[in-house]
Amino acid sequence: MSDGERAVTPAPAPADDGRSKVGPPVVEATGIVKRFGPTVALNGARIAIRAGETHALVGRNGAGKSTLVSVLTGLQAPDEGTVTFGGSPAPRLADRDAWRERVACVYQKSTIIPTLTVAENLFLNRHDHGRNGLISWQGVRRRARELLSTWSVDVDPQTPAGDLSVEQRQFVEIARALSFGARFIILDEPTAQLDGAAINRLFDRIRDLQRQGVTFLFISHHLQEVYEICDMVTVFRDARHIVTAPVAELPRTELVAAMTGEAAADRLQVRSSTLDHIATPALSVQALGSDGTYGDVTFQVGAGEIVGLAGAAGSGRTEVAETVVGLRAAVAGEVEIAGRRPRPGSVPAALAAGAGFVPQDRHHQGFVPDMSIADNTTLSVPRRLGKNGFLSRGRRDRLADNMIEKLAIKTPGPDLPVSALSGGNQQKVVMARALADDPKLLVLINPTAGVDVRSKEFLLGKVEETARTGTGVLIASDELDDLRMCDRVLVMFQGRVTSEIARGWHDHDLVAAMEGVDLNA
Amino acid sequence: MPETVLADAAAKAVEPKPKRTALLGGRIPLARLRDLALVPAIVVIAIVGQIVNPVFLQADNLINVLQTMSEMALLVLAQTMVLIVKKMDLSLESTMGLAPGVAAWLVVPTGAGHGLGLLPGAWAVPVTLAVGALVGVINALLIIRFGLNGFIVTLGMLIVLRGVLTGISGGQTFFQLPESMLYLGTAEWFGMPASIWICLVLFAVAIVVLGWTSFGRSLYAIGGNVDAAKAAGIRTDRVLWIVIVTGSVLAALAGLMLSGRLASVASAQGNGYIFTVFAAAVIGGISLGGGKGTMFGAFCGILLLFMIQNVLTLAGVPAQWIGALNGLIILVALAISRITGGKVQE
Repeated sequence: MSDGERAVTPAPAPADDGRSKVGPPVVEATGIVKRFGPTVALNGARIAIRAGETHALVGRNGAGKSTLVSVLTGLQAPDEGTVTFGGSPAPRLADRDAWRERVACVYQKSTIIPTLTVAENLFLNRHDHGRNGLISWQGVRRRARELLSTWSVDVDPQTPAGDLSVEQRQFVEIARALSFGARFIILDEPTAQLDGAAINRLFDRIRDLQRQGVTFLFISHHLQEVYEICDMVTVFRDARHIVTAPVAELPRTELVAAMTGEAAADRLQVRSSTLDHIATPALSVQALGSDGTYGDVTFQVGAGEIVGLAGAAGSGRTEVAETVVGLRAAVAGEVEIAGRRPRPGSVPAALAAGAGFVPQDRHHQGFVPDMSIADNTTLSVPRRLGKNGFLSRGRRDRLADNMIEKLAIKTPGPDLPVSALSGGNQQKVVMARALADDPKLLVLINPTAGVDVRSKEFLLGKVEETARTGTGVLIASDELDDLRMCDRVLVMFQGRVTSEIARGWHDHDLVAAMEGVDLNA
Repeated sequence: MPETVLADAAAKAVEPKPKRTALLGGRIPLARLRDLALVPAIVVIAIVGQIVNPVFLQADNLINVLQTMSEMALLVLAQTMVLIVKKMDLSLESTMGLAPGVAAWLVVPTGAGHGLGLLPGAWAVPVTLAVGALVGVINALLIIRFGLNGFIVTLGMLIVLRGVLTGISGGQTFFQLPESMLYLGTAEWFGMPASIWICLVLFAVAIVVLGWTSFGRSLYAIGGNVDAAKAAGIRTDRVLWIVIVTGSVLAALAGLMLSGRLASVASAQGNGYIFTVFAAAVIGGISLGGGKGTMFGAFCGILLLFMIQNVLTLAGVPAQWIGALNGLIILVALAISRITGGKVQE
């Protein structure tokens, strides 16, 4: 990658820089603690952002970035700690207007109303009123045109907001934020849904606004963007502040090390490969492509092999895995499961071909919460429960008991509804169902998300055990612990498989590859 | 691949300007004309009606059409507001029966049917509106305060209210209504029945409120994206309360007009109206997904349905077939608005 020359972004004019460092920071948060039940989302976190700088906030998933954003934008009150704007304390949570004058956030999720026009979105609930007390649409349109041209946003105020592209929508949201008087804007992964050219246009706009005195907090998973656009960077890890430094003084290796933590976790796995070279590959994917999300994905999973599919959020790893099991249909390419080619986009066909599947979000796709463990584990194998569409309860319970024992699910019996189980045990039920039909290919998406440590070890152990029986395993995850036992890890970045890493990698290698950074650059 | 994406994005950025055809020297953008989409259809039906039977365009017949639709039009008005905020109110049709029913029950003297004769006749109108408001408050309490599903809540209310009316009336019809209840259904103002005036004026007010007041616009904001509406400082719960209660009061008013016109309150008053109400709203461009559509469109929707019915009657279609044809018209009209609207209806 040619990040080398892009990294050297000219810093803002020195005179400007010197002046801004004298006054109090635009926003400063100190000693922020925020708990959600037993989990601590922020633990004494702090950040200080000076006027006119573009400050990056980076950290892996769960580092506490989103929680900090909601604290800084006044959506949530911290349990402990203080937030100040320009030296004076933050307004009350209920005083939305005061917050809007100080800070605005452009979220990944749109906060515009698609059915209304751009003009109305800009001035929602603060329309111009004529002398007769009715809304003056002419006034609204005129003000919208003025606002958009002031910040040179090239959008017709009369367009329905739903027709805007992601890029235009972001510009409109930025303009709206500025119209409230806010000169501090948080961009939450603004580049996630943009293509390369749009990213460049966004960065040009950010530099423009920076010159006009707007301060940005930039949150991104893509480290090279941090080097391209930001002046300062703050790293969060495990709900704590790790380091704040000028971007130019923090080399990539150190930044990645700050994000991943000590190298202590770099233990090598001593799992001998169970790959069976003679048997038909469990999965063979040929030039798989889908509009916009991923393209040209080709790989094989041999019988008994465990292959990881790593990548940051939005890299396309989840989509590829979902395509393999038929939750999505690809536009191009082929999927072959154990030598058979199931009909694309059909889950039953994929299951019939020999796939077992642990979906991304167990609450949405994994189980039916109010049905019993027995029903849930046998949901996908009705034909093993009886003939002609009739189910035998006895047979179902025997099968379920067997699985409860095999997966050590902690339950008084197979009749308990799954919703009564803990997260780890719920995931075991989902895993049990994936294994119910002795699959030739096991596809796991984020298999240990929201699962306690012991269940996690158990589940991963079960995966290894399954691989020993000759089942091919594909694990799509960004969780390093899930990927450690893989024979090899394919890394996806922005919809492409960019590298393949053999077992025995170091954490920072994989993280760097997932973030699209070349450590040797 | 990146090149094509870039080209698309660039094309998209430039596209909107030439695409938006404008009329009247650019003053009325084409998007606005979407609201007028049903006007040509209404003109066509008027011409067809005139060809079928020259009676159609005579003032008496038109007034007849407007008067028979006026009560249901008020339900459409109420339902349109509720749909725009992305809720539903199925109980409007039984509110329309129950509200005047309770009034008649309390006012009609004993001996004549099931009347109790507890209150003097002048109380009938306030009681009707109060019952409507009470139904609205109960609905709003269950839907907003307790977060129950609006569809099921109002479905339950639909059945309960219908049952209450059957209970208090003993399944019979209230006659001998007091003067005050007959007034709105029978009076004439400036040569036109009062119910037509009420209907037209209320629609005019609704058009202005929804199009030109902050309150009206907040309905669209809530229906379009409730989180964004909250973020813009709109008190969403309060707006929802107002919409649901106003809707029920309008339904009670519609019931009052209908029982005045028929000089009675049947225990099945309003039965089955809600289907036509929904059909009229959707044909008029109101999205069941919330946040979309105008009051003018909804008015055109209900007007179109009643004109077609009238034309069919004038054409001598046997009364037994009107029901089937009505359903068919609704389906055809939906299909047409799907084609002209170009978007999938939710």
